[in-house]
Amino acid sequence: MNFDPSHSKRSFSSVGTRPIRPDGVDKVTGRARYGADFNMPGQLVGRILRSPHAHAIIRKIDTSRAAQLPGVKAVLTAADLPDLTNGDAAMYDILDNCMARKKVLYDGHAVAAVAAIDARTAKQALKLIEVEYELLPHVTDVDQAFAPDAPLINDTIFTTGVDPKPDRPSNVSMRSQFGHGDVDAGMARADFVVERTFKTEQTHQGYIEPHACVASVSSDGTADLWVCTQGHFVYRQHCAQLLGMDASKLRVTSSEIGGGFGGKTHVWAEPVALALSRKAGRPVKLVMTRDEVFRASGPTSATSIDVKIGALTDGTIIAADATLRYSCGPYAGAWAEVGAMTAFACYKLENVRTVGYEVLVNRPKTAAYRAPSAPMAAFAVESAIDELAKKVGMDPVDFRIRNAAQEGTKASYGPVYGPIGIGPTLEAVKNHPHMKAPLGKNQGRGMACGFWFNFGGQTCTDLNIGMDGTVSLAVGTVDVGGSRASLSLVAAEELGIDYSQVRTVIADTSSLGYNDMTDGSRGTFSSSMATISAARNAIKILRERAAQMWDIPVEDVTWENGHAVAKGETHGNLPKLSLKEIAAASGTTGGPIAGHSEIVADGAGVSFATHICDIEVDPETGATKVLRYTVVQDAGKAVHPTYVEGQYQGGAAQGIGWALNEEYIYGKDGRLQNAGFLDYRIPVCSDLPMIDTQILEIPNPNHPYGVRGVGETSIVPPLAAVANAVSNAVGVRMLHIPMSPPRILAALEA
Amino acid sequence: MMAGIAVSTNINGDNAEFLCHADETLLDVLRDRLGLMGVKEGCGTGDCGACSIILDDRLVCSCLVLGAEAEGRRIETVEGMAQGDQLHPLQQKFLEHAALQCGICTPGFLIAAKDLLAKNPDPTEEEIRFGLAGNLCRCTGYDKIVRAVQDAAGVMRGA
Ligand code: FES
Ligand code: FES
Repeated sequence: MNFDPSHSKRSFSSVGTRPIRPDGVDKVTGRARYGADFNMPGQLVGRILRSPHAHAIIRKIDTSRAAQLPGVKAVLTAADLPDLTNGDAAMYDILDNCMARKKVLYDGHAVAAVAAIDARTAKQALKLIEVEYELLPHVTDVDQAFAPDAPLINDTIFTTGVDPKPDRPSNVSMRSQFGHGDVDAGMARADFVVERTFKTEQTHQGYIEPHACVASVSSDGTADLWVCTQGHFVYRQHCAQLLGMDASKLRVTSSEIGGGFGGKTHVWAEPVALALSRKAGRPVKLVMTRDEVFRASGPTSATSIDVKIGALTDGTIIAADATLRYSCGPYAGAWAEVGAMTAFACYKLENVRTVGYEVLVNRPKTAAYRAPSAPMAAFAVESAIDELAKKVGMDPVDFRIRNAAQEGTKASYGPVYGPIGIGPTLEAVKNHPHMKAPLGKNQGRGMACGFWFNFGGQTCTDLNIGMDGTVSLAVGTVDVGGSRASLSLVAAEELGIDYSQVRTVIADTSSLGYNDMTDGSRGTFSSSMATISAARNAIKILRERAAQMWDIPVEDVTWENGHAVAKGETHGNLPKLSLKEIAAASGTTGGPIAGHSEIVADGAGVSFATHICDIEVDPETGATKVLRYTVVQDAGKAVHPTYVEGQYQGGAAQGIGWALNEEYIYGKDGRLQNAGFLDYRIPVCSDLPMIDTQILEIPNPNHPYGVRGVGETSIVPPLAAVANAVSNAVGVRMLHIPMSPPRILAALEA
Repeated sequence: MMAGIAVSTNINGDNAEFLCHADETLLDVLRDRLGLMGVKEGCGTGDCGACSIILDDRLVCSCLVLGAEAEGRRIETVEGMAQGDQLHPLQQKFLEHAALQCGICTPGFLIAAKDLLAKNPDPTEEEIRFGLAGNLCRCTGYDKIVRAVQDAAGVMRGA
């Protein structure tokens, strides 16, 4: 990197203010275009036929009758998507998931697709496709799939990470282990031990916008794809590889995105839409129904987690141990591994061990969901910690403060922490009025902590200064929740101009260098770092131009508050030049002025949060109502505080839904029974109270402004915070998420 | 091919005529035949409210209404809320409070809130929460939406 990313700036004029976002007016007037809001001339409608079975061999697919239906322009099966993955197992799984090749592996797995002149013809055509299945035994439950006699989902899977390599295939694709010290010896010294097994059910990100794209492949081999995605560069890479195209020939434009939360980081329908368009010779629009989104996109893992934690009488945690089984769908995954890394990340532990198992099940392939894998591990650990605090006889906040990780602590997953926010969030919670508010009958209060790594990654931005002195910033990280506002603020801050002078857009894949996905809370962190670097490069040119205009050495020109200033006694009387003046002269001083930046944004500062939750349980129905909720989280530096608060509130709401209601329900037949918003109930307005937020700012030393990612950590504590509150209210330790009314009633009766 | 049904209706104050199939939803007509893309589809089953419109002073999910049922009715969509470049107070307050993140739910919330305030100009927080309970938002946790509606209600009463 050609610039110094270390934290240097501490006073701000634009960053930290709360202007209206640049894409706001379009979004409140209905003008903003999302995935399904785009059409091309001559466009066909694409639709996908999906398996009704959880596990079956595809004996035969007969598409001839569908192909003959008037208005059908292309019919597609796996035979039209030859395997070009060249031994890349992860890509092969993506290909097989887009269109089943030999077997269907879950209810909803794609088996064929059509493109037709309109939706009714396409639907009719799907009915004419005949698929002959040979049913196989299936397994959808994580614990049953883990058992040695479970139906085998993939006979080429041998557990990795164990020595020696197993001699039989199984549903466990990987074992991972983290930790340090001697857990068994530590546990033997413990005065108090809590040992529990917890379960969490599978949930969906629940973005309101279904997956949608429009693909257009030209007969010259070039193609355009319009799509709602968190990462159009990654989609281009995957689609090009699966279809045997040059990446440069495929231009992907990211639409406005109607929510993603990790769920729009994977291709499903896009390669199919491109292949249909290639076959039909016309553009194809493919929009998933809500039923398809539930059955066939990527929900999170269901889990089963054993936790054992021991403490001394003085409240020191002496040993911590966890075994985590995470479902990953019918393909190999690395979700338990992440759970195993995050489980004890909040604490300073001498002896800690976590073991993760990736478990194949006949459910859709697991995808990322906001701080993926961390909420379930936190639910188990933070529940056990609460119970242990009680055994030791300490207040749960004090018990956590005593054991909280600090700067210099060796994290349970390996690295040594820099300055971190777990202690400060706990102190803030301890002093928060919420903790002292009285509770009524059937009410309970819980609190819990959460951790997320945050990512950085490959990032590229272009900052172009127009002749009128206004600035166009082109970034490649999709804006999922207001990042264009934040990045405009950062550009304005660095250049020393007003926010209104900057317009930030998301560039398509042909207009900018590669960018990783907007995931891992990296959008604002990494693109702001690249924006600062690009702005500094532009300032270098602005100084050169000013020097030229003044005819003085560039070393004598500094950049202050949006102006070139001549320094030194000889030039002291030169009036300063504004960015606008320098830009106006650019045509005669060397041409357009721009700053570019290509970086790998390292050093994403880890993030911690502590939440407080009050609930009331109705002992007759088992229904739980959240009465009050408070989020305290470290943002490093909040670039646009309103949108930071929004991330805190949104994550908390999703976590509350997960804790109380949301779950995938499979029947004995292996079919998903609640593939819709009626039966998969996400929180509505009347389910929630206001969600209070407190932003702490412990600067990230590896970002010029101290910024940390803020998007994900807020979903980590709620499962445990709500569970601790419910457990306190009903006097029974809740071990199974979601705590739906029947589970609460069962716990009360037990 | 089925013959189309001719429908005349009024959308956001303008007369509109269209042909549609008997089984075609009003949502599909508005989006695909009339280009009113501000009306969103989140589920197609009446569960998310993204497709909310006002039909003759009644808030409905346009995915649950047939196109043919619009005959002789008045339809209001998000596209009709602003007057020229003058945003409706609800639109302005949604922006000021950052009551949207991704924004896909926003047209539905604006229409639902407009309907709510037309019937109850001074709602309590609870009335707002129950009044908007037919609209799903997955991004915001509703906090800023409720505040924006409260604020807009004040402006509309005061104005
Ligand atoms: S699309 Fe009509 S309610 Fe969801
Ligand atoms: S702002 Fe994204 S669903 Fe409401």
